[in-house]
Amino acid sequence: MLERPKRKNPVLRTRLPTLPPAARSRIALGLTAAAALGRFELQQCRDCGTVQYPPREACQKCLSIRLDWKAQPQDGELLSDTVLHHSNDLFFRERLPWRLGLVKLACGPTVVAHLHSSISAAPTQVVVAAKLDRAGQAVLVATPSKETNMAEDRQLREFTCDPKFRKVLVTDGKTALGQAIVKALAKAGADLIWVGHAEPWKKFAGFDELQALKQVTLLPLDVTDSKNVREVAAEIGGKVDILINNAEYHRAYGIGNRSGVETARSEMDVNYFGLLRLAQEFGPAMRSRGADGLASAVAWVNVLSIYALANFPPHGTFSASKAAAHSLAQCLRAELRPAGVRVINLFPGPIDDEWNQLLPPPKVAPAALAGALVKALQEGVEDVYPGDVAQEWLARWRDNPKALEKELST
Amino acid sequence: MRRGYEGVVVAAPVTIPYVRYSIRAAHWWLARALSELISRSKLKKDDIDGLSVSSFTLAPDTAIGLTQHLGLSPRWLDHVPFGGASGVVALRRAARAVQAGDADVVACIAGDTNHVDSFRLTLANFSQFARDAVYPYGAGGPNASFAFLTAYYMRTYGARREDFGKLCVAQRANALKFPAALFKKPLTLEEYIAARPIAEPLHLFDCVMPCAGADGFLVTTEDRAKRMGVPHARLLGTVERHNAFASDPVQMRTLDKGDLYEQAGVGPKDMSVVETYDDYPVISLMQLEDLGFCAKGDGPRFVREHTFTWDGTFPLNTSGGQLSVGQAGAAGGFLGMVEAIRQLTGQAEGRQVRDAKLALVSGFGMINFDRGLGSGAAILSC
Repeated sequence: MLERPKRKNPVLRTRLPTLPPAARSRIALGLTAAAALGRFELQQCRDCGTVQYPPREACQKCLSIRLDWKAQPQDGELLSDTVLHHSNDLFFRERLPWRLGLVKLACGPTVVAHLHSSISAAPTQVVVAAKLDRAGQAVLVATPSKETNMAEDRQLREFTCDPKFRKVLVTDGKTALGQAIVKALAKAGADLIWVGHAEPWKKFAGFDELQALKQVTLLPLDVTDSKNVREVAAEIGGKVDILINNAEYHRAYGIGNRSGVETARSEMDVNYFGLLRLAQEFGPAMRSRGADGLASAVAWVNVLSIYALANFPPHGTFSASKAAAHSLAQCLRAELRPAGVRVINLFPGPIDDEWNQLLPPPKVAPAALAGALVKALQEGVEDVYPGDVAQEWLARWRDNPKALEKELST
Repeated sequence: MRRGYEGVVVAAPVTIPYVRYSIRAAHWWLARALSELISRSKLKKDDIDGLSVSSFTLAPDTAIGLTQHLGLSPRWLDHVPFGGASGVVALRRAARAVQAGDADVVACIAGDTNHVDSFRLTLANFSQFARDAVYPYGAGGPNASFAFLTAYYMRTYGARREDFGKLCVAQRANALKFPAALFKKPLTLEEYIAARPIAEPLHLFDCVMPCAGADGFLVTTEDRAKRMGVPHARLLGTVERHNAFASDPVQMRTLDKGDLYEQAGVGPKDMSVVETYDDYPVISLMQLEDLGFCAKGDGPRFVREHTFTWDGTFPLNTSGGQLSVGQAGAAGGFLGMVEAIRQLTGQAEGRQVRDAKLALVSGFGMINFDRGLGSGAAILSC
């Protein structure tokens, strides 16, 4: 079990962020693309069915170039293992000793994988998954079973963003979703949860319940107020390990059903400029603390929307603001990457709240979305499409983005 | 039956003394090897009409750029950057060129430089598979891959650290008699066992030391060699195989000996000297098994029954091998070849194997992902 990290001694050196080797060939990024969604996919030949690894430009058996990334069975046999006591790379030098294994997958290939410490000596059965490492690139990880907790393992914790023992800022505690996120974080072992609420003079539904959680500190935070964001960042920015931006402004209708730009501007001010303000004020401090011990700065979570992928005309201006936020989140991801701080984007379908009242079910319950968010932190994925609607949109969008646009516009 | 190598000889083995780090480029090391080849064989530079180059650190040049760099105008040119298999592969191709008359005198040279930090960069970009599927896992380079093979071999065939240590200690004794070797201090089995771990079960003295250096030899016809008046050895047989046994889940077989002995007309028992590729001791044992000196898995017993110094019951890696001379990149693939030629031509000075008549040189290397891809072997006679 992971032990609570000791209070930081400010006299000692702060470990500076370094990344594991990040270079990959373009074809190998297929593994990363799947791992970002929490999937384990390897190249499989459409013509002869051979599963191969490392990724190649052609099938090593029949030379076909018709290769698909497909989900594969994850079980395998650990053939051999080693413990590295020496590395030529700064990231690993800081973290030695480091255990690795050679695993023969049941689906065919032999792979090199990072090993969970509880795996017994070879030969033994293991389960292999693809996880994003601190550089945001996929690596293979072997655990004794699918249920193994990675965050409790000294090595594999590097691939997660587990909230346990960490300090988290949730930017909006006034919504049902915000409150569900706070509760899920408290349950997952977060040490301290700052919860923002704009308009602090108003008591909101659920206020007392939040206040009663011992981990929670409420603080006035309005993401449309640059000065306020700067002040809050000055106060707590150097301590935030995980920032969850769930502040959102959501109104229905598209272009023709509303006159003027005020509503759309408010959506942009919260959904887009809010993210920009937070990123400018909190980003630099988080970037400097990317390797600061067991409870380092580790993740930035944006609650976006499935409408960020393709415009949903009944919520047209909202979709546009979320598309803008998505684009900015990609920029933030690139800027936080050198520190190993992961940007996780959630793309939920309609949430079961007041602004989606006219949409038919299924809708995502706030508690389910909060659960998906915490799971994403624990499992170290990068893009999350929680709920049936989001999963269906994602499948349709990946299959044919133009078709989805046409379907949505009718 | 394949065509033999009648009339083909090798001569003028040279090694430019290895150093840990060099501020010179690979071109400098290759030039030194070529210059030494020419002066040893009393040739004029223009007599070299064939050139074979092996190097990892020559970039952005290849062999063809080197011709202008060194002012050569060969009519036959080869680039063999195949690591530990370079020596055997270069020899095979040069032999056929000489036999066919495409070249009269081929200079086979191998050399690499080693700057501070250049080894890390070589590891990071060694191959696409290494970059995609090995280097991100601890950046241990070949240490990790060989740790897997060594652990598997020990578990499967009962090898002990002492068995590997016996080879390393013997090779160090050999290297002390080879002035070009990087290592000058004796090594005891106690020191071997007590060394710090690098990638378990590998410890410090199981791992080669990256360094700078160069080696070279000439391939020509027997007639030409006689006219030149240089001592030479004849080529009897060779094999080569790449990505062998690809479906083995873990590499326990290094090479396919094929018809090597049939072509040479001799057998394993006839060998006076054996030179294996030895970046890690386990791989020497596997080559001895695969070449028929003992059965697969009998390596540990074979080690316990023999002694491996130049004056031992089974002279192996008589110049010290890479483990004690150093690994100068692709030159490592030439080390055994030049030593075998020395032994057969009576130029091995203080470590001369008595009555050396036949030598076997085995090449292996290029850890692309989880295993070595290149392999080959050659049998030479005096």
